[in-house]
Amino acid sequence: MTWFHRHEVGRRADVARIVVAVVFGIFVLAFFRVQVLSSSRYRLESEENRLRPVRLAAPRGLITDRNGVVLADNIPGYSIAVTGPSAEAVRATLEDIAVIANLDSARIEAVLNRYRRRHHEPAIVRRDASFELVSALEESRIIRPGIVIQSEPRRWYPFGEIAAHVVGYVGEISEEEIADPEAYPGARSGEVVGRDGLERQYDHVLRGTEGLRYIEVDALGRTVREVADGSTLLPGQGDTISTALDIYLQQFVAEQFPPGWRGAVVAADPRTGGVLALYSAPTFDPNLFVGRMELEDWNALLDAGGEPLFNRAIEGLYPPASPWKLAVAAMALKLGKVDFDTQMDMPCTGGMLYGNRYFRCWYEAGHGNVTLREAIEHSCDVYFYQLGLLIGLDVLLENGVEMGFLEPSGIDLPDERSPHFPASTEYYDRRYGPRGWTSGVTLNLSIGQGENSQSVSNMVRFYSMLANEDGSAPELRFVLDGPTRRRYLGLEREALDGLRESLVQVVETGTAAASQVAELQIAGKTGTAQNAQGLDHGWFVGFAPAADPEIVVAAILEHAEHGSTVAPFVNRIIARYLLGEDARLPRFVMPADSVPQSRTLMPEPAVPPRRP
Amino acid sequence: MRRLDKTLLVVTLLLIAVGLTALYSAGQTDVATAVADVWKRQAVWMGLGVLAGALVFRISPRLLEWGTPFFYGGAIVLLVITLVVGVGAGTAAGSKSWISIAGVRVGQPAELAKIATILMLAKMLGERRHPPATIIEAIPLCLVAAVPFVLVGFQPDLGSAIVFISTLFAVLYWGGVKPSLLLLLASPIFSLVLAFSTLSWGIWIVFLTVFLIWVRPYVLEGVGVWLVNAVMGIGALGLWQQLQPYQQNRLLSFLNPETDPRATGWHIIQSKIAIGSGGIIGEGFTAGTQKRLAFLPAQHTDFVYSVVGEEAGFVGVVLTLGLFAALILAIIRIARNTSDPFSSLLVFGIAGLMATHVLVNVGMTIGIMPITGIPLPFFSYGGSFVLTCMMLIALALRIEWESRGTGYAGM
Repeated sequence: MTWFHRHEVGRRADVARIVVAVVFGIFVLAFFRVQVLSSSRYRLESEENRLRPVRLAAPRGLITDRNGVVLADNIPGYSIAVTGPSAEAVRATLEDIAVIANLDSARIEAVLNRYRRRHHEPAIVRRDASFELVSALEESRIIRPGIVIQSEPRRWYPFGEIAAHVVGYVGEISEEEIADPEAYPGARSGEVVGRDGLERQYDHVLRGTEGLRYIEVDALGRTVREVADGSTLLPGQGDTISTALDIYLQQFVAEQFPPGWRGAVVAADPRTGGVLALYSAPTFDPNLFVGRMELEDWNALLDAGGEPLFNRAIEGLYPPASPWKLAVAAMALKLGKVDFDTQMDMPCTGGMLYGNRYFRCWYEAGHGNVTLREAIEHSCDVYFYQLGLLIGLDVLLENGVEMGFLEPSGIDLPDERSPHFPASTEYYDRRYGPRGWTSGVTLNLSIGQGENSQSVSNMVRFYSMLANEDGSAPELRFVLDGPTRRRYLGLEREALDGLRESLVQVVETGTAAASQVAELQIAGKTGTAQNAQGLDHGWFVGFAPAADPEIVVAAILEHAEHGSTVAPFVNRIIARYLLGEDARLPRFVMPADSVPQSRTLMPEPAVPPRRP
Repeated sequence: MRRLDKTLLVVTLLLIAVGLTALYSAGQTDVATAVADVWKRQAVWMGLGVLAGALVFRISPRLLEWGTPFFYGGAIVLLVITLVVGVGAGTAAGSKSWISIAGVRVGQPAELAKIATILMLAKMLGERRHPPATIIEAIPLCLVAAVPFVLVGFQPDLGSAIVFISTLFAVLYWGGVKPSLLLLLASPIFSLVLAFSTLSWGIWIVFLTVFLIWVRPYVLEGVGVWLVNAVMGIGALGLWQQLQPYQQNRLLSFLNPETDPRATGWHIIQSKIAIGSGGIIGEGFTAGTQKRLAFLPAQHTDFVYSVVGEEAGFVGVVLTLGLFAALILAIIRIARNTSDPFSSLLVFGIAGLMATHVLVNVGMTIGIMPITGIPLPFFSYGGSFVLTCMMLIALALRIEWESRGTGYAGM
């Protein structure tokens, strides 16, 4: 029988048909498994393939002053990011736009590192793109795939350098800060966080919640289109914080601050602790820090000298000098050692001999026999030398610590420095050796020199205690959000009244007599902080109205030599605040000689007595 | 008036229409590429294919049978020439698959060789009174397929080379060769594939030994088969090293696509994602995102069926697979009803070739077949293959037309 018999062929055809049916059946089952049973999994993978999440920066909360004037605002800005299938593709794109986007090779490397860490989302190139740059890039987006441009709120400080040290500035979070869970809890890579000032202090309040939108990309990482709004999660703005700051006063302080001089001013309401103004000179424009800082701006900032980023109001420590005599007076009154009419054993003859050393009074002619009241008015050093000795070093230190001279004022700004103050005599033992010092240190301490340096903010808190009727003061605060720990002087009412009267006399007839303001009774104290590195610093701390103080202002002008130079400056601020723009302000001119060029920033914590 | 076979004609026309539509959609990407207009050129090729088919239809099977040795010889010569002066193109730029004249690529001789090989096998087997009963007898037939297999394999074009082997077995089966002999002939291939696991190859060689004792071929043949299997199993490693890296990768990624999704397994994974995300009814005509966004590789050639899967879903897959099944069954029916052995073997060879192309290509898109880069009839873009398919269908139509005249049809 030939193989080509019809029956044979028919049988083979049947087998072939069955094989075809079975094989195609298996194929249909295979497709059923992929397309019907596992469809959702593949659909998800398909979405993951083509959708790239783009994080939407949240607008930060606003910072306003006491009247609602905005100190830190958000304006529309543009960010530029790149995405791509590989680091090489991203590098090519970056090199392509390097010239128009002003990118140097270091910047390109930084962006590439960012891409390598999180390659599934676009890496930010610049956050502060100008409209011109954006339109240039938009025009050529087809040629340059992988560029993602999006509008993003940008921080803007309308008052610029006027309130720089108060509001601070923002910047992108660094990798180290992300690694540290305490630095910025909840912040993610690429997010903008507060870097200084209130922006830093209240970052957790101001920072909003990021949103998310999706872009569709192709296999080469090119952006093809936006994904419809349904899948977009809108960002949530951070909360607005309203501060006690009075921006008009702050502006006035900045205007009045003698140009070219260095120093700091802090003004607060003694009753609430609310900070009305805080200024440190030299200052800087925080807007330069937003987005990416240009190298030339940064260099200009460094070249300017005086370390403008350094906040002298809270980070600068200065010998508290004569304003601190009030602390000694308060201790003596509290301990019942003296009253306001007590005279010391030795009259002031321009100095006094103690041990084998001669301690001078700033007034070489001598004040003669003075009472405590007069000693404060004229800032007689000899009187306070003796008063300090009367109290005794141990008690002096113990009371100083109690009054808060070892602690920072507690102001709600980052980086406030703790003052230097000996907790006890052990400090001297440690520093100079048990026999390496004499009770002569008491004399220096009594006039606010020696091993004692205080921040301007802490001096404001101390004078707030003097200003308030009950001799206590809360912590300094920009954001008043409830009662804070109070410090007490522990003085009787009569004693407090007496101290205030004496301080009024300082301004009326004493060392600050030239700074009087008509219609206003101002209490205050001048001071001259000795400076081993150059000319002395001038202090003035004042409050007004003396009867019921509403404002305490402390100011230090580096190298101003005398507190009496600073007094009119402070009293102008007080007058402006209490009397408004029409106030007749005291004359305030800095000494005619040129602005000091010393680059000294910080006095040594303990300056050896070396007064002329 | 005798008419053409209606089923085959309608199924073919439907496949052409669906294939062109799929190819049009394959070009619709978000970032436009050269693929966008490929469907137009494919349409032109199809037009040329109809002309070529009409010409082929005019040739009497007797004339064809007479001319087969010359045709086969010519095709082999062309393949040799291709190996020497061939050029690469498109997705297979590294291989020498094309004949080009004055820099213009005119065709892939491998496609022509497919037709020639089927003809030659049909002629040689059809002239025999009895089918080959021993391996020795089968060797000349095997050589007819082995020569183009080797020549194409050296281009290298593994996919097309495999088609020669599967066609050989289809024709041998149709020619009445006993299944046991077919198994012995195929045994070296099994050895080769199973050699990658010592255990599986060990089981196979034990099975083969038992099988040889049971079937009892000539002792020399039995020993020969066993030795060849042993050599294949042991020599597989050497052969493996002979493969091009991309071929190794393709085989490896077929075994486990997840190993390196960015490199070797990328094609399979992206194709499966496309097909899987199509779901039951698909994402809609031209709307498949995997294709639109260029995640799908070679979406107009090797992976055109993934576009169908993504955009027409399971429904579209079942319908198109149904059309292909109908096509193959129609051709088998023609093979069964022919009046002479040569025509019957020729037509069944055509069915085998079509089935191989469809199953290997479609199976590859969902990862049940290795990636070999062989085109899907009527879907994949490619002039030579379009012409080949059209001519093969025309041959089948002619033979059907012929056999009805002899009264075999319908019985």
